[in-house]
Amino acid sequence: MIQIRDLHKSFARKKVLAGVDLDIEPGQITTIIGASGSGKSVLFKHIIGLLKPDSGSIRIDGEDITKLRERELYRTVLKFGMVFQGGALFDSLTVGENVAFGIMKPDLTAAEVSRIVSLSLDQVGLPDDINQVMPNELSGGMKKRVAIARAIAKDPQIIMYDEPTTGLDPIMADIINNLIIKVNGSSKITSIVITHNMVSAYKISDKIAVLYDGRIIESGVPDDIKNTRNPFVRQFIEGQADGPMQIR
Amino acid sequence: MKFIQQALLNFARNSGEIFAISLKSTAFIFKPPLNFRRIINHLYLDGIKSIPVIFLMSVFTGGVLALQSYYALQRFGAEVFTGSLVGVSLTKELIPVLSGLILAGRVSASYSAEIGTMVVTEQVDALFTFGINPLKYLVSPRVAALLVMAPLLTLFGDFMGIMGGRLVAALVVNQNPNLYDSQLFSALEIWDVLSGMIKSVFFGLTIAVIGSYFGLKTEGGAKGVGRATTTAVVVASIIILISDFFWTKILPFSLR
Repeated sequence: MIQIRDLHKSFARKKVLAGVDLDIEPGQITTIIGASGSGKSVLFKHIIGLLKPDSGSIRIDGEDITKLRERELYRTVLKFGMVFQGGALFDSLTVGENVAFGIMKPDLTAAEVSRIVSLSLDQVGLPDDINQVMPNELSGGMKKRVAIARAIAKDPQIIMYDEPTTGLDPIMADIINNLIIKVNGSSKITSIVITHNMVSAYKISDKIAVLYDGRIIESGVPDDIKNTRNPFVRQFIEGQADGPMQIR
Repeated sequence: MKFIQQALLNFARNSGEIFAISLKSTAFIFKPPLNFRRIINHLYLDGIKSIPVIFLMSVFTGGVLALQSYYALQRFGAEVFTGSLVGVSLTKELIPVLSGLILAGRVSASYSAEIGTMVVTEQVDALFTFGINPLKYLVSPRVAALLVMAPLLTLFGDFMGIMGGRLVAALVVNQNPNLYDSQLFSALEIWDVLSGMIKSVFFGLTIAVIGSYFGLKTEGGAKGVGRATTTAVVVASIIILISDFFWTKILPFSLR
């Protein structure tokens, strides 16, 4: 379980997070939605410990990661698998080496690592012969799938996706949505997805939280969000330019 | 007034961070697991592949120095000392500093561009999520490579510069090569070469750390990478030029 309480963060004089409260249940897919510039990525980086908050707490299985020292943080972050927006594949390594990079078991033989790499690529629907390809030769959708394979090869407890469908055509976006559901269902990983794509959010989520103006203004199951009367949330989910939301 | 205050604050913060990165990344070189593959890769890319440019710089610097020294010394009837002047000037000052500046341009720029691109494409954040410290994985192999290669390239440059001077003295001003050699060996001490190499160890550390530091601090996209690269080259070059003066003050001129 991840509990975020009263999280605040400012950059220079700009307040980005202004008291975020959110519970993320284990084994579920929690989606955080919000407009561009609403602080989604900043919240995302706080959850894995890449950023330190000005105040507030983030408890993962009871341990407040905002209080951890650098060395302890490097240990805690191993619980996470991350799928970055652009994939963030290491461009000096092949696809196979990228996927193998996440396998954190030094006692494994090369053959066992190779088997996990093949299995992970297979789970995301990629053929084994893609192993030797360099990331710059892949399409956007393939990069995302390799990034997911790299994240699951690590066998994480929590997997985080940053805008997983951004920049993809609708069919590839749906393939990625199905993958997120499959990964979550097959290994009961806690999944956190950050997106502004409502089609994805409705399809994949057990819970949706809406971030606006540095706070979670509404959260619930997809049907709660669909039927909300909150005018801010309505404007966002209906994609209306006019409304109470101030878009920066 | 506020601008000056902010600039001083930034300078102090950057200096502190650069000092901390220098210490940490040097210490990480010896902390297992040792990353031999990455170190060897950088020894080749940043050291071995710098040999042609160091060769050209050294031969021509030695040649020009021999030519200028010969004509200047001739005014006093002291042209026999050309070999001495060329040897001591090259090994103590010119080759370490010019090699440092060339490496600052070639290597510091590539470090900041490569690491900067990794930052803006979130590859450095991805490293963190695998529990890997970017200083250990990215910076310390580069530091290790340059701590080894900068003095070796300086030694190579010393030899090639002296040979360039010898060639010009013999072919252009018709000085007897034996005279050049005898004057060179009578004046040149092992310490002259060593003191130049000591400086170049520091220059190597500076180039690796400054290039990596500005790469890690990159913000924004392609423009940010370009800015980081330029800043890294300028700052590394300035540190080399200024610190050279202090090294010359600190290191004894001769051990005799």
